[in-house]
Amino acid sequence: MSSEGHHTAADDDAGNAYRALAETTSDGDPRWAFGSGFDSGSDAVEAEITSPVPDGVDAADLAAYCLMLGDDALICSQRLAEWVAAAPELEEEVALANIALDLLGQARVLLSRAGHVEGRDSSPMDGTAVADEDALAYFRDERALRNVTLAEVDGGDFGRTIARLLVFSSWRLALLQRLTASRDPVLAAVAGKGVKEVAYHRDYAARWTLRLGDGTAVSRQRMQAGLDGIWPHVESLFTTHDVERRLAHAGVAADPGDTRADVDAVLDEVLGRATLHRPDVPAVGLVAGRGGRDGVHTEALGHLLAEMQSLARIHPEAAW
Amino acid sequence: MVTRNPAAIAAEVPDPELPMLTLADLGVLRSVDVDPGGRVRVTITPTYSGCPALEVMRDDVAGRLRDAGYAEVEVRTVFSPAWSTDWISDEGRRKLAEHGIAPPGHIGPRPAGPVPLTLDAPSSVVCCPRCGCPATSELSRFGATACTALRRCTACLEPFEHVKEI
Repeated sequence: MSSEGHHTAADDDAGNAYRALAETTSDGDPRWAFGSGFDSGSDAVEAEITSPVPDGVDAADLAAYCLMLGDDALICSQRLAEWVAAAPELEEEVALANIALDLLGQARVLLSRAGHVEGRDSSPMDGTAVADEDALAYFRDERALRNVTLAEVDGGDFGRTIARLLVFSSWRLALLQRLTASRDPVLAAVAGKGVKEVAYHRDYAARWTLRLGDGTAVSRQRMQAGLDGIWPHVESLFTTHDVERRLAHAGVAADPGDTRADVDAVLDEVLGRATLHRPDVPAVGLVAGRGGRDGVHTEALGHLLAEMQSLARIHPEAAW
Repeated sequence: MVTRNPAAIAAEVPDPELPMLTLADLGVLRSVDVDPGGRVRVTITPTYSGCPALEVMRDDVAGRLRDAGYAEVEVRTVFSPAWSTDWISDEGRRKLAEHGIAPPGHIGPRPAGPVPLTLDAPSSVVCCPRCGCPATSELSRFGATACTALRRCTACLEPFEHVKEI
């Protein structure tokens, strides 16, 4: 911990949250305006994030896999956060922001783990030394992102947002449940917490799907349109990437292909009760065998990143 | 000069978002150890992965221990085992209710196998912390903080927060 020696009692007012926030940046702690705290040197998760790569596992594979799961959460979180100040009701805005925050928390740990395993610690990017998670979130270009395309497609209206969240959270919950047994301690820890959180996200989306699907003619039509809009990106959720296959064999990753039955069972139950139907639309194909997991994305991601990353790129040294 | 036991000092730090509770009441304070050199190592765990109060907790714990004379303090954050509302102490539950926040029910360990969907509102009874009426309804599962849901009493009609089970 770098901050201990410089603290004076005069700074201290335990009831003053602003004092506490200011303190975190006062001692050369490379904490970021854009949120850090799992960065090297000051904290704890570090003890876990720096855990050795499990035996027999390729470090580059593990880093790539952490990026995949971290980017899924990061990009989905950003899409949900777009509803802040734009949601139909305050309660829904708060709910969507809460879900986004859970996913962002998962992303931070996963990106920090990726950065560590990759040996990226304290290496400058764009000439600035920023914490791993921030470097990875704010200074990677579209083709370096490893999220599934479902996470990035336009949020559209509330029906489409709920459709995406229903499928995404059902799938992620199935992955995280399997990952609680991962041989990588950081993945297992993220999964252990994430299962509880994502179960709430899935329930939220499932209940809205019921309410809209089994509601008025208009709400039903828009909920179905939401499903139709995101469905081309569903099939690729179950396509196993080579990295995922190797790590699944090593007891580190969850093979997404194995989650299909669980996810289908959930979707069938929800769509059935909501009187909606499973869209019959062609899947978005891979480009020369490559998709989101290889950095081949839809045009939506570039726009999302432009908004998400602009502030960090304009002020790469910003701190607060 | 060191005057008090560091475990007692860390235990009484208030939670930034539910300040009627201490970190010990909330169950996020996992351990406090002192090595022979006098270095204090505190382990805390976040309630939720994205809990924004975590940084403030860490700084408050470190600040209070330094003020008490412990020069070297390390605050570690661990994610495993994952926090559960079952870790909120009886004292913590009493304080929550006293401040108008309904405490969580006990949930026990998660059963093995896939997590079941809950498409209907949970049947568990959450009593109104103001009038004690058991007939309350959930307005939103996501409240002003990550760990609370918003409910309303059907008798006194007052809305209130409920620390939702996780």
